[in-house]
Parts: sequence; C-alpha cells; structure tokens
Amino acid sequence: MNAAIYRRRRWRNRAVMTLASAAAMSGLLVLFLILGTLLVKGVGSLSPAVFTQMTPPPGSAGGLFNAIYGSIVVTLVGTLLGTPVGILAGTYLAEFGRDTRLATVVRFINDVLLSAPSIVIGLFVYTVMVVRMGHFSAWAGGVALALLVLPVVVRTTEDMLRLVPDSMREASAALGSPRWVVILKVAYRAARAGIITGVLLAVARIAGETAPLLFTMLNNQFMSTDMNAPMANLPVVIFQFALSPYKDWQELAWCGALIITAAVLALNIVARALSVARTGSES
Amino acid sequence: MNERTAALGGVALKKPTIEAQESHGTEAAALPEKISVRNLHFYYGESLALKNIALPVYEKKVTALIGPSGCGKSTLLRVFNRMYDLYPKQRAEGEVWFDGENILAQRQDLNLLRARIGMVFQKPTPFPMSIYDNIAFGIRLYERLPKSEMDDRVESSLKRAALWDEVKDKLHSSGLGLSGGQQQRLCIARTIAVRPEVVLLDEPTSALDPIATAKIEELIYQLKSDYTIVIVTHNMQQAARVADYTAFMYLGELVEFGQTQQVFTRPKETRTEDYITGRFG
Repeated sequence: MNAAIYRRRRWRNRAVMTLASAAAMSGLLVLFLILGTLLVKGVGSLSPAVFTQMTPPPGSAGGLFNAIYGSIVVTLVGTLLGTPVGILAGTYLAEFGRDTRLATVVRFINDVLLSAPSIVIGLFVYTVMVVRMGHFSAWAGGVALALLVLPVVVRTTEDMLRLVPDSMREASAALGSPRWVVILKVAYRAARAGIITGVLLAVARIAGETAPLLFTMLNNQFMSTDMNAPMANLPVVIFQFALSPYKDWQELAWCGALIITAAVLALNIVARALSVARTGSES
Repeated sequence: MNERTAALGGVALKKPTIEAQESHGTEAAALPEKISVRNLHFYYGESLALKNIALPVYEKKVTALIGPSGCGKSTLLRVFNRMYDLYPKQRAEGEVWFDGENILAQRQDLNLLRARIGMVFQKPTPFPMSIYDNIAFGIRLYERLPKSEMDDRVESSLKRAALWDEVKDKLHSSGLGLSGGQQQRLCIARTIAVRPEVVLLDEPTSALDPIATAKIEELIYQLKSDYTIVIVTHNMQQAARVADYTAFMYLGELVEFGQTQQVFTRPKETRTEDYITGRFG
C-alpha cells in the first residue's frame, strides 16, 4: 500500500465529510430559524381568544376562530373530494392499467398535475367555477384543493400497491378469490399504511396553500358556515394581515402562521410514524 | 360449499384415461386419474415452454415433477389451476381433464377451479392479517359459517398442517410474525381449509431450513390420504421421499413418468439417469 495515496484519500474523505455535514446542518439551521422566528413572534399573541373569537377590525381585540374553522372545512372538502378519486385512479394504474398505453398517458399527466404551480390550479377553478357561479365560495376552494390532493394520492397509491409483491396476489387468486377480493382484501390491506401516509402528506400540503384559495374562497371578515359564500381561512388571513400596516393584525398573522406550521408538522410526524410502523412490521 | 358441489354435480362422471404409458406397471394403470394432461403446449408470448405433454395425475397419490431449472415443471404446475391466466401473454393449448371437464376451456370458471385445485408457493405468502383471518379468508370466499363452525374449521386446518400447537395461543396476532417454516405451514393450512381436491406445491421447501423441510414432508405424507398432490421440487431426495409417482422433465418435454422407485432405480431414459445421478442439472 502506498502511504501517500492513503493519506491523501483520508484527507479528501474528511474534507468531503465536512462539506456534506455542513450542508446538512445549514438545512436544519434554516428550519430551526423558521420555527424559532415563528415561536418568538407568534407565541406572544397565542391565547384562548385566538381559538374562540373572530378576526377583528384593526385596533380591536379578536382571534382567528372563523379562519381556523374555514381552513379545517376547506381542507376536509378537498381531501374528501380528492382522496377517493385518487385512490381509484392509483388502483387502476397499479392493478389494471400497469404498462398499457392508457396507463402510461394517465401517469404522465398525473406527474404534470403533481408539479403544476398551485396558482394555476387556483386560476383554473376561478374560471370554471367562480366566474360561472358569479361569486367566490368555499366549495370552489375545496375543489381547488382537491385538485392538489389528487395527484399526490394517485402517485402514492400506485407506488404502494406496486410494492405489494405479485406472489401475494397469486396466493390470493390461488384460493379462488375473484379479482376484486384480491385487490380489496389483500392488496389494499398490505398497502394500507403507505396509502394513509400519502393522504396525510397530501393534507399537509394543502393545509398551507394560499394561492388557490385567493382566487376561489377569498376571505371573510366574519364567521360564515355557508359553503356557497366566501369563507375565512388561515392562509389568506395571514396573507392579508401580514401585509397590513396594523400592529395587532400583524401579530395575529404570526400567530396563525405558528398554528398552521404546528399542524403541518404534526401531520408529517404522524405520517412518518405510520411509515416506520409499516417497514417495521414487514421486516 | 353448496355452490361448488352444485357445479360438481352437473358434471358427468366420465373419466378419460390415457393409454397406459410404457413405464408404469399394471397396478398403476388401474388407478383413477384425477387430472389427465394431453397434447399440452404452453407459450410465453412466442416462445414454446412446454412441448406436447401427456401425463396422468393419480387420485390421492403424490406426483413429483423434477428436472433442471427452466425445464417447465413450474409452468406445468401453473397450468393445473390456470394461474398463468393472470398474465396476458401466457397461453396453453391442448387438453387438461379434471373430473370430466377440460379446464383449459374458455368457459371454465377460474375462481371455482382454483377453489378445487389449491396451490402453495415457493416463498411463504401469508396475507397481512391475523393467523385466524389468513385461514378464514379462503373459507369466507365460498361459505358462510357461523362463528363456532368457523373456529372449528380454522382449528382443524391448523391441526392438519401441524401448526396448531405452535399458534393456538396467538391466533389473532399477525401471520407475518411467524417463522418461515411456520408461515409455509400456515399457507398449507390456508389451502386445505378451502377443502380442495388437489393441492399443488411449487417448491414448497426451497426457502426453508432442514427441520422445517422435514416437517412439511411429513405433512405431505399425511395429506395424501385425502388429497391428490402434485409437487414441484428441485430436490431429488425429496421427490424420492414423498412421491408415489415422478415425472422427469427436460427442456419443456416430459422425458419419463413412472412410479418413483422405478424412475430412481431403473430409469428407462438415459437423460433421466444422467440427471438423477448428477451428471447435469
């Protein structure tokens, strides 16, 4: 062994390790800076009033209850509309279409939709729903978010079903199961944790979306439960309040940002825990 | 059960027989054939994988299919329950008679066929559910049983597969938590719980250690009093130990078929002799 070569390699290894670690650290650092800033600026105005009172006019006390309510409603609508279609489409791709031409085309279009800017989705729903109905509405917001949920769920459902080995499908068929039993009782069961993880990640993605809601659901200063009318929601309230010149509005915006971030973080942790549980049980 | 017996009842009990092949004796020729293969050709896309196979499978006997890798023995096994039908590019031509029906016929109900001809695979494939549900899964497909009867059925299937004592206290924990050998016995229990007439075993012990293998072989010996068994194996000692009849296949052809003892001690074909004495394969 040539000692000089070995020393040089060791040195190079250390240098690259240091660079890689520094890069990883800087990523983490940014994340903690964001979380830290949110905590410092948001925690001060966090109080029970935030969760019980409506968004206030400038200069008076209030909370974010109507915005939190609206965000939960529209996220639910988006998830409930997007998930079933997404799971069915993913099932088609993994179980029936496989490598057919139609499946290849659907898969490609789905990938395009997956990377489509959310503001484009917002404009699309604005044109086909808001303009035709003549007004902004929570329904339109829900549909826009459903279009964002859809490709994520299609993709994860297909990927997770493809991870189920064909030997499992054969074993089920060998007992005399019709195809729908194979898919429903065996393939879904084996892929369940992964599919749920995908749905949770999709929910996390739409929970903080602002652009598609600006064009569809708009905002509402007051509490509204009318799905056919504009409704308050956290991202748009944050957007509006943060840009305003009023100190109390800005503080509420920080607080709203903290709430959304905490919720998304929690969803991600749950999704992560589920996927760990899945790989754990397989080994 | 009723559905299946109804389907059976409609079929005439005509059993086609193949003219006794040179290699088996007079005693063998008198046995009832559960499955009779005639002029079977099998294609993977364009390539011919089985050439003009003719083979009897005798009722309540163990038939072993042996031969080097790629000789078509697994392919032949997968014709018996039409497993190949899951894949669009695979097709079979010829006749496979099973209780008076040609199972290669278009109108064959595949789900019913597979309920009557069960299969156990090379790799254990427990479903991601409890041990109990793994067994009950197949039963529920064709029968509605009250809970107590279902419990009995699960228990007797597990006992039959020599697994009961090892799992009776954890019936509701996941089947994935069992060892490889236990999983394979679970798959056998699952298969016989459906009460098939024929059990196909595709190299059932190749992923198992010697102790688990011995248990499965013992099990096969026990099962042949009730079931017709066809086993594909790479292990010639295994074929010699468990099988009553052995078919030697080579390059998609059936080279020799006969009573196991005869095939292993006095093979008629030089290719058979070369293979079993280890000169190739």
